[in-house]
Amino acid sequence: MKLTLGIPQALLYHRYHVLWKTFFELLGIDLIFSGPTTQKIMTTGVNLAIDENCLPFKIFLGHVEALRGRCDYVLIPRIENYGYDNMMCERFLGLYDTVHNTFPDLPLLNYNVCGTRHQDETRAFVQMAKELGYSPATGHYAYTKARKLQVDQENHRCEQQAQKLITSGGLKILIAAQPYITHDSLLAGQLSQILSELGANIFYSDQCCRSTALQAADSITPNLFWMMNKETVGAIQMLKPQIDGIILLTAYPCGTDALVNELIIRRIKNLPMIQIVIDEHQAQAGLQTRLESFIDMLQERRRLHA
Amino acid sequence: MPEQLIFSFPHMGNYHIILKGLIEDLYPGAAVLPPPPITSRTLELGARYSPDFVCAPFKYNLGNFIEALDAGANVLLQTGTGCRFAYYGEVQKQILQDLGYDFTMLCLARENARPRNAYQLLQLADSKLNPGRFSRAFGLAIKKILLMDEIENYIRQNVGFETVPGSFTALHSQFLQDLGNTKTFLQISTLHRQYMKLLAQVSVNMPAEPLCVGIVGELYTLMEPFSNFYIERELAKSQIKVSRIMSATFLLLGKKDKKSLRQASRYLKYPVGANGVDSVAQCKQYFEAGYDGVIHMKSYGCTPEINAMPALQNLSRDYSSPVMHLSFDTQLNETGIQTRLEAFVDMIRMRKGILLA
Repeated sequence: MKLTLGIPQALLYHRYHVLWKTFFELLGIDLIFSGPTTQKIMTTGVNLAIDENCLPFKIFLGHVEALRGRCDYVLIPRIENYGYDNMMCERFLGLYDTVHNTFPDLPLLNYNVCGTRHQDETRAFVQMAKELGYSPATGHYAYTKARKLQVDQENHRCEQQAQKLITSGGLKILIAAQPYITHDSLLAGQLSQILSELGANIFYSDQCCRSTALQAADSITPNLFWMMNKETVGAIQMLKPQIDGIILLTAYPCGTDALVNELIIRRIKNLPMIQIVIDEHQAQAGLQTRLESFIDMLQERRRLHA
Repeated sequence: MPEQLIFSFPHMGNYHIILKGLIEDLYPGAAVLPPPPITSRTLELGARYSPDFVCAPFKYNLGNFIEALDAGANVLLQTGTGCRFAYYGEVQKQILQDLGYDFTMLCLARENARPRNAYQLLQLADSKLNPGRFSRAFGLAIKKILLMDEIENYIRQNVGFETVPGSFTALHSQFLQDLGNTKTFLQISTLHRQYMKLLAQVSVNMPAEPLCVGIVGELYTLMEPFSNFYIERELAKSQIKVSRIMSATFLLLGKKDKKSLRQASRYLKYPVGANGVDSVAQCKQYFEAGYDGVIHMKSYGCTPEINAMPALQNLSRDYSSPVMHLSFDTQLNETGIQTRLEAFVDMIRMRKGILLA
């Protein structure tokens, strides 16, 4: 019998979707996705989650709920770190257990990555394939192939962005944020729309060469150990000379961004920056006003410098 | 490094007495200036210069640093492991520098908390520091921590039932004073014997089946009574036996993720960050020991503890025993907490009455 696997389109989906999709398709598993975030998914998630959780996590729970009853398993990865200096936020350490405790009767499929305990991604995927009844060789083959496609896609996006950075005129704005905020249609959709209406070119911090970004981050904050924040900081450092302004986009109350954005604001000088915090009560008018004045300021600045 | 070193560090419970001794042992000749006791002003100062939604311990620590620097300190000690706490040092240093303070920060965070690296870092303040002095100072400090936690644990469980009000408090402050004056391992052992005897002599009227409440949660909120509105004292006033496993002793010697995971096996499969697993394991231990209720405390937005909360709620349901969740930030309105605490105490008292009848 063919398995159906549900994939919530939230959190790490926005980072690893090519990897997941290819891997499970190669194994011959049917996939169903929870779809882009809607207002209804958010409301469900907000009602399910403990109030102090960050908004992306609440949305994630809404996505899981949306998959309930439609598949045999739901994929909930648990990723602790990719090595001592590449930690993930505590959120991802507890992702499996929080979901399991919130939906005790929901069958979950899980893989566990913990580089510091010799449990790297390859091993995690091979183990997961084994649990699904595939041989290690099949698992390994599918993983290698999927990983390659994932890397290709990342590189492709980086090249595209680098190209766009050279060719495009007009204001260039870097959105520095976790990928699951920037690429979520509900969380950042409004923001991107307003920015494009104002004629700004948008660049994303997660579409820069990751390994270079990780190294570049050291020159700004040497003690930072959260991988995804390091990539954001590194992207800022790399793109600093080419862009007009930065939008630090975060969701309330993001644990890592609270500290890292504070440090970015204090350490990056001579570049206009605005921090925008999204929560579940987001109103269009407030966002519009802030973005308009930010863009106005950038345009004025550009005119003076020209 | 400045000519005359004046050390300071953030407060947490009564551990400042031991830290002061530790620094004096590490650097004879250096001055130690613990920050003034935490007041609402400390928190106000800390919150004013902290990022918006960082956890409360960050704000307390920063407030302590500002007050210590204002009092004349020039070397600050900070540490950090586990969660966001590991990144405190760098951000706090930047904030204080931006405020215009001139100081050195020795941050024993993450890999720098390992003995060898810690030694190298601490040597920066005084090149005459040698391995012998280093290990002796830390040995003494650990022994003092074990003693202090043991004494405070005993007091916590019994203070609600003392026959002469205030007898434990008097003994406690006397003990802290004596502990600050100990200089050798022998003195600590003597102090241990002496105070265990003195504590046993305090007359206690413990009922056969007292109300028992266990406290679990995030370490700073648990160990710094100012940040939890002295909740343990309030509970003791209502004649409740209060237990808390979380302490510096536990963090140094008792914390084993594997062991906690085994204890919490039905509820957690993986560690959920910092002390999340410990909270679940301890809560389960309390319920299995027949405790009447558990209070889970944390600072607002503490991710590891939020990760543990769904598991705690399931535990509470499976054992049909109550867990109360309290979150603390910079809000100093005591009445809100008091009302909830009173309701909780009334509820467990009534449940006990029904269960015993």
